[in-house]
Amino acid sequence: MKILVTNCKVFNSDKTSLYIEDDKFVNPFEIDDTVVVKDMKGNMVFPGFVDLHCHLREPGFEYKETIKTGTMSAAKGGYTSVCSMPNTFPVCDNASVVHGIMKKAKEAGFCRVYPVGACSKGEAGKELSEMGLMKEAGIVAVTDDGKCIATAELLRKVMEYSSDFGLLVMDHCEDASLSDGSMNESDTSTSIGLRGIPSVAEDIIIARDIIMSEYLGIPIHICHVSTKNGVRMIREAKKRGVKVTTETCPHYFTLNDENCVNYDSNFKMYPPLRENEDVNAIIEGLADGTIDCIATDHAPHHEDEKTIEFALANNGIVGLETAFPLGYTYLVKTNRITLNQLIDAMVYNPSSILKLGRGSLEVGADADFTVMDLDNEFVFDKSKMLCKSKNTPYDGYKLFGKTILTVMGGRITYEELC
Amino acid sequence: MGLKNKDLLGMKQLSAEEIMEILETAKTMKMVLTSGNKKTSHLQGKSVVTLFYENSTRTRLSFELASKYMGSASANISASGSSVSKGESLLDTVRTIDMMATDIVVMRHPQSGAPHFIAPYLNASVVNAGDGMNEHPTQALLDLFTMYERFDSFEGKNIAICGDLYHSRVVRSNTIGLTKLGAKVSVYGPRTMVPVGIEKMGARVASSVADAVKDADAVMGLRVQLERQHKSLFPSVAEYSSFYSITSDILALAKPEAFLMHPGPCNHGVELPTAVYNCDQSVINEQVTNGVAVRMAVLYMLMARRNSL
Ligand SMILES: [Zn+2]
Repeated sequence: MKILVTNCKVFNSDKTSLYIEDDKFVNPFEIDDTVVVKDMKGNMVFPGFVDLHCHLREPGFEYKETIKTGTMSAAKGGYTSVCSMPNTFPVCDNASVVHGIMKKAKEAGFCRVYPVGACSKGEAGKELSEMGLMKEAGIVAVTDDGKCIATAELLRKVMEYSSDFGLLVMDHCEDASLSDGSMNESDTSTSIGLRGIPSVAEDIIIARDIIMSEYLGIPIHICHVSTKNGVRMIREAKKRGVKVTTETCPHYFTLNDENCVNYDSNFKMYPPLRENEDVNAIIEGLADGTIDCIATDHAPHHEDEKTIEFALANNGIVGLETAFPLGYTYLVKTNRITLNQLIDAMVYNPSSILKLGRGSLEVGADADFTVMDLDNEFVFDKSKMLCKSKNTPYDGYKLFGKTILTVMGGRITYEELC
Repeated sequence: MGLKNKDLLGMKQLSAEEIMEILETAKTMKMVLTSGNKKTSHLQGKSVVTLFYENSTRTRLSFELASKYMGSASANISASGSSVSKGESLLDTVRTIDMMATDIVVMRHPQSGAPHFIAPYLNASVVNAGDGMNEHPTQALLDLFTMYERFDSFEGKNIAICGDLYHSRVVRSNTIGLTKLGAKVSVYGPRTMVPVGIEKMGARVASSVADAVKDADAVMGLRVQLERQHKSLFPSVAEYSSFYSITSDILALAKPEAFLMHPGPCNHGVELPTAVYNCDQSVINEQVTNGVAVRMAVLYMLMARRNSL
């Protein structure tokens, strides 16, 4: 298939058109009557986004999301590559589950899916998983996400063993013994009578992981950082030369714990929404480069798991279709970070941290890109999302950065119908 | 003037004016209650359902009698165990009750925010009879009413509240209500039972039981919710009663005319020695009577709001 994308601005380039033949960007390009012409009306082309943290729920939780619906949602959000977390059923802790996920993703054809393997068998926090065999099958990192790596002893073994295979360890940092709660611990949780999870539950594990990484000389990736002290410790560690990288999520720079006062479980996540000063620290961390990536932590849950009492509701929100518009509207348009920094956090940094080789718009590269309307405000409507579950708190938000077109490997995976 | 909202979810949602109007109405209700003929027709032809997901004898009976004295049809549902284990969600249960033309649903639930969650889905008015660690507004209103019978004004009055602050919906509702009316609240309990940021709700965190009680106009002991002690927050009952109990020596530090309250049921010898529970300054038994009067007032005023729409 040949595609001619015309009348566009190309991010960080003075090109105004792109030529795609089969799965690559090409030039020169012979225009014939098989060419599909896409007039982008002046909108901007970005390299396809890379999400290093999402939950596609398949196998096992297809009632929440499938690989097909999740990747359709990713394409609508401008993503061409996503990393799927292993807390499925069965847990993605062996090569056959990895093969299954990759096969389904390929059949669906909406997005590149890079599975992340569990670092302990069954995510049970006890024995090492078969990381080597999973690496051969296609995993790009290991994690027990959804849970913290249970003990310092296991963390050490996981980091050492995974380093033999060049696999990065991604840790969900929450001390389980301090995490018996359903929102951030603060005067807000006290006032509305919900058990709180203190920010130190996250900080203690971030400190542990940094210390271990420094001691072993092996890299560590901190998942979804949400606290001001977490950002500070990562900043200091990076300055010392510790090989620590991190991500945050759009909800940690757009919302805070006061959003929980009406007991709406769409504001319930893990780590929980923190306080205003944490939100500011997250934005500062993105601005000064302490925080490398913006990930979605896309976490679909069925309506029945959310339309219940707050403390009983599942943790998490969906995020693939709101990440770019939230980043663009809340960070770039407010001049907290530049558009270049946003694209670093959503494309180049995640790609380089996991060595995915994504993000090029040059001739010869895989044709992975998305086109965004940065000029016109739109009202986000959750009923129009393509993911199966609609657990988002952003319904009705006025945002900038609507997706016009997404192409992955030369194939149109999403197109806005005007 | 009446009540602004369809539901009574908490003291947070009430203005100072609404609180005072409830207390004034409760005065009338107490007169009815203590007269020879308790029967009124305020709720004639109306229905009140109590739905309790937690055990409670006094609160439930108090609501039940309050609605019966005013002539309503009433039904009482004990949902033992969680709704989840029955396979029916909370929302399904309350919607079913709502569809039976219920006017008021009085609900107690172990989860904070459960009444706030269901209220928007129901035509019936929802009265929160205690939700998790959040609020227990009718308890606070009966406590305020008990004080109001003895104070001409709440302005500048010192109220001491001691015990398990962390799990207590009573301390939350009372602090909110008392602060709205201009009283000063001092709280104290073991540090493991003092929730983060409680001072932002308007309470002063005292440095000892004595410090909290000193010069108080009213002293309130809180139930140590032994059943909620799923994590050890103090080492033993013996230790608790040695350092955190409101003894007669402690009570003597309050103003001479001060009185002692407790939401009940009391763990004798833990929060208070039995002798203190029964002392002349104790108004604990009267609180129980006032509970019925206040609940009559609340049910009456919510129904009046419904009738006026
Ligand atoms: Zn996680």
